[in-house]
Amino acid sequence: MSSGQGRVDVEVESKRADEPVQGKAHPNTCPGCGSHYRDDELANNLRVCPHCGHHFRVRARERIDQLADPDSFVEEDAELRSADPLGFFDLRPYTERLAEAEIDTGLGDAIVCGAAAIEGEGCRLAVMDFAFMGGSMGSVVGEKFVRACESAAAARVPLVSVAASGGARMQEGILALMQLPKTVCAIEELHEAGGAMLSVLTHPTTGGVLASYASLGDVVLAEPGALMSFAGPRVVAQTTREKLPDDFGLAESNYRFGHLDAIVPRADLRPTLARLLRLFGKS
Amino acid sequence: MPGEAEMRLRARLSKLAGMKLLQGTKLSGELERLQDQLERLRAEPSAEEIWTSVELARHQDRPYTLDYVERILEDFFELHGDRGRADDPALVTGLGSLDGRTVVLLGHQKGRDLKERTKRNFGMAYPEGYRKAIRAMSLADRHGFPLIAMIDTPGAYPGLAAEQHGQGGAIARSQAAMARLSVPTVACVIGEGGSGGAVAVAVADRVLMQQHAIYSVISPEGCAAILWRDAAEARKAAAAFKPDAAHCLELGVIDRIVAEPEGGAHTDPDAAAMLLEQGIRDALEEIDALDPVERRRQRRAKYRVMGVLASS
Repeated sequence: MSSGQGRVDVEVESKRADEPVQGKAHPNTCPGCGSHYRDDELANNLRVCPHCGHHFRVRARERIDQLADPDSFVEEDAELRSADPLGFFDLRPYTERLAEAEIDTGLGDAIVCGAAAIEGEGCRLAVMDFAFMGGSMGSVVGEKFVRACESAAAARVPLVSVAASGGARMQEGILALMQLPKTVCAIEELHEAGGAMLSVLTHPTTGGVLASYASLGDVVLAEPGALMSFAGPRVVAQTTREKLPDDFGLAESNYRFGHLDAIVPRADLRPTLARLLRLFGKS
Repeated sequence: MPGEAEMRLRARLSKLAGMKLLQGTKLSGELERLQDQLERLRAEPSAEEIWTSVELARHQDRPYTLDYVERILEDFFELHGDRGRADDPALVTGLGSLDGRTVVLLGHQKGRDLKERTKRNFGMAYPEGYRKAIRAMSLADRHGFPLIAMIDTPGAYPGLAAEQHGQGGAIARSQAAMARLSVPTVACVIGEGGSGGAVAVAVADRVLMQQHAIYSVISPEGCAAILWRDAAEARKAAAAFKPDAAHCLELGVIDRIVAEPEGGAHTDPDAAAMLLEQGIRDALEEIDALDPVERRRQRRAKYRVMGVLASS
């Protein structure tokens, strides 16, 4: 058909482009309503779906930009890196996974800490990044969190923690588990020094991080829809063979059961934290 | 594979040994350090030995908390209930007497037969168990009774109700309560030290571990399922994350290993109990004399330095 030569069949092309890749949706496609966004559209809306309100994950640096006053953030302990105390090797060496995570994320480990101000209120920020090995807590995350507690106590300002973690980092074995009591002891010291801790749980905060410092805030907040369970839904379903409710482990059910002070939509997080910082600053 | 690391150390050792001691003590210090490392390398448990410990730690005849309690403590009186919701039989608490002195005991409890196993939920506690533990800790602190904790759990129970009742928060608060105590505290891993459910009641001045107990961040099966995508690779996983007592001591996670009778604690529970009792007594003796504030400071300082960072 000569008449069709040179014609671009838009319909066919768009159909091909729309075919979903098996298994994984595009990161900018909303799992709530299926709407798709350009990266800048999502960034401008704090990575919340404008259509249905689904909260997409936020990387640590972007979170800090969302919360801290412009140019107020001064990072601390950025140089810390994980060692490989066990010489851990599963399908790949731990050192290789670490190097790859650093290249992919531009971060030294799964937490970014530093001094900041939120609406002019001074604080220390400790923000986790799920993109770095699932936000798992090993020696570096534990150490940086503890230093953030110490830094907050020394500066007599509250600590604001934003958690996002799959739990303890298996590749560091028992030393990863020891980061639970290590961070818990640090919060005890912070509290004894008169310091406050505001804990924000974001999707997901599970396992060892939920079972240690993230649960110990003077005030505990969560983002809407954030999974916050000690064991993940799959493990619970497999172990108990129970049919789990749709809101299993989500912030909404945790709020109902009394494990949270408030669920705060992302757009309200900065003013809410500022309000709390002001209240804790008036002692 | 002891080969490569050992060869490297040997090479450095022989080089150092042949050098004239121009740098005096500094060099001899280095020599000692390397020799020490070499010895530890030789003593390092093999993959097979690690797996033997995994099996012995879970042995169906292994003595459980109450088996030790009846052999070590006199006049044990069990305390039930978290005063809020329920009594969790997977974690027992109580008062007893050790050398004529009242102590508070808490520990995970597994069951011996199917009926008791179900009742004890295989030693997997609900948040109610950890809240009962916190209650026992406060009681100990109020009355100046030393606290002895026995750890033997595959992990905190991963169930729907457990999550609804706040498993994560309960584990966190149990650790915080232990970090706050003024009284002497001794924890002993007597079987499986499974993850958060174990460390929840193991934040102590002295942490002991029986020779064939294991203490780990995840079960070998769980680790294998995630990293190898095959739970059958549990042996490989255990060899990789090293949950045995020797490695835990080496990594500074525990303070002392308590010997077991030849073949494991189950071969002679009375002998195992005597060894454990001696371990507890020795540990208490070390920390008893300390001022309560100093004791708590040292306890927290111990956890402050846990972990290994890359040297920069």
